[in-house]
Amino acid sequence: MQLSREALLRAYRQMKVIREFEERLHVDIQTGEIAGFTHLYCGQEAVAVGVCEHLSVEDKIVSTHRGHGHCLAKGCDVNGMMKEIWGSREGLCKGKGGSMHIADVDKGMLGANGIVGGGAPIAVGAGIAAKIDGNGHVSIAFSGDGACNQGTTFEAMNMAVVTKAATIFVFENNHYSEHTGFEYAVGTTRDIASRAEAFGMKVWRGDGTDFFSVFETMREVLEYVRVPGNGPAAVEFDTERFFGHFEGDPQRYRGPGELDRIRELRDCLKNFRKSVTDAKLLDHADLDALDAEVLEAIEESVRQAKAAPRGTAEDVLTDVYISY
Amino acid sequence: MAKMMYRDAVVTTIAEEMERDENVVVLGEDVVGGMGTPGGPEAIGGIWSTSTGLYGRFGADRVIDTPISESAIMGAAAGLALSGKRPIAELMFADFIGVSLDQIWNQIGKFRYMFGGKTKCPAVIRMAYGAGYNAAAQHSQSVHQILTGMPGLKVVMPTTPADVKGLLRAAIRDDDPVIFLEHKALYGVSGEVPDDKDYMIPFGHARLSRAGQDVTIVSTGLLLGFCEAVADKLAAEGIGCDVIDLRTTSPIDEESILDSVEVTGRLVVVDEAPPRCSLAADICATVANKAFASLKAPPQAVNPPHTPIPFARELESAYLPSADKIEAAVRKVLAYR
Repeated sequence: MQLSREALLRAYRQMKVIREFEERLHVDIQTGEIAGFTHLYCGQEAVAVGVCEHLSVEDKIVSTHRGHGHCLAKGCDVNGMMKEIWGSREGLCKGKGGSMHIADVDKGMLGANGIVGGGAPIAVGAGIAAKIDGNGHVSIAFSGDGACNQGTTFEAMNMAVVTKAATIFVFENNHYSEHTGFEYAVGTTRDIASRAEAFGMKVWRGDGTDFFSVFETMREVLEYVRVPGNGPAAVEFDTERFFGHFEGDPQRYRGPGELDRIRELRDCLKNFRKSVTDAKLLDHADLDALDAEVLEAIEESVRQAKAAPRGTAEDVLTDVYISY
Repeated sequence: MAKMMYRDAVVTTIAEEMERDENVVVLGEDVVGGMGTPGGPEAIGGIWSTSTGLYGRFGADRVIDTPISESAIMGAAAGLALSGKRPIAELMFADFIGVSLDQIWNQIGKFRYMFGGKTKCPAVIRMAYGAGYNAAAQHSQSVHQILTGMPGLKVVMPTTPADVKGLLRAAIRDDDPVIFLEHKALYGVSGEVPDDKDYMIPFGHARLSRAGQDVTIVSTGLLLGFCEAVADKLAAEGIGCDVIDLRTTSPIDEESILDSVEVTGRLVVVDEAPPRCSLAADICATVANKAFASLKAPPQAVNPPHTPIPFARELESAYLPSADKIEAAVRKVLAYR
């Protein structure tokens, strides 16, 4: 199905926001001003956006430790996120969550997750809630090729099938679980979707570096899962991680020229630009204008994050039940 | 008032709350029981009979029988709670927190804080705990010391059927996650229970089950009955004991303990969990810190030994705090100097 010009521009902008958000973090983290662990989503933007462009705020997603892209794609505020990662009390989670725990439940974003494999069971709960309410809403469990080896993910898949939860397991295979190759760590078939299939789910596969592949695949998956009673489904997207597992990772596990090659051939933004300009759906000027606008928006978010107020010792004690 | 068993107080309260609020759902292993068998649904209504009849009344959408997948059960409770439901998840044995701890500890207990206070997580996690059934090391444990040590969780340990009703209802209506620990050996105990369908006991308010001037005994659960027996025996000798049933360990009613010790000057804490880093040690430390000047004797903790729970009857009996051990501890604080 042909997307409207507005939809194409929006999809590109969403991916570009994630890209520039992450590229800017990569630079700023090196100054030492940002605390903690940060895992960048750069390279996988087509998956987050290709999935979330189909979703309403009533649909829920559960994300991973590499969650910035999912958060932004689901509608979390760019400035609130940047402030959170910089640790301000004006951040989306008041500086209490940080990069690995960004959430905005009102937007249907039930949390990034510092525990690999922690999210899928939670998504099943959201999927059961959607099933109970019978309104066609769904939950999405984003998991990587690392989380696909966690028992919690297997439990979640079986539980979703048994309870007919309206849950979609989206596996983003970026070929690396932390610093270990997919070909080593994912045993047997070296294929994640077939595992979901073995639990009795309908499965799909797509190219996670191609927005259109993700978007069209997800249209089919969602048409299926939104039918009450159909239960869960799974989809595996083959994608690329442009940075290390965490910021500061020396990435000695990469092959010669690998990063240059994937940046050249497997960049979802370049692929998108080529597709839409070759097909004369958008021209370069449209996209260039968006690029400039997004860069300025990210610059502004950093300006705000640097100037935003910091938390105090009193803030440590709020937002939780404490008995001492 | 009606007389009912501890286990019936559980299922009655759940049913009343499910009737009152359609967002309350129940999930767990065999909470329906018999699914996928020739016997059919409700062939067994939970192994503790704490969900009997719920499936027939409220249906499969709200009484969700799950596979044996404790992580997925706890995770599903988390996702339901974040999606506007009020899940009551049952962990068949408290010992099984081991396979599901990430979801309880790293997820459910932390959402509200980690997400900057913008969400609530109204999940109740019920579990059967405690020794006395010769169920050995993996089916007898008291896990409150582990869970009480986790920020973000409230931990409730009712002793009487009336307290089950008041505390479970408060747990279900609470917007924070609540661990609700039910002692296996108390399920068959009967007691008077208020009929009021809004009867609730606020957390952090201990119950004084015996009053006296000479010694403060703090406990909860199965062992509270042992403490009461000791207090009754000593009363005949003219020794008065305050017996405090904590009811909840997080929050904990520090004030009631300190007020009592300020009068008695003597403290014995009786705890079914292992001694190291225990609730008993924590209470003794609190009293030493905050009521030091009132103390007439060093506080005593009565715990089992720091071993796994043994199987054989005589071994388990030797392991558990008994009325004799409690009495010895009380006499020790009385005899000091």
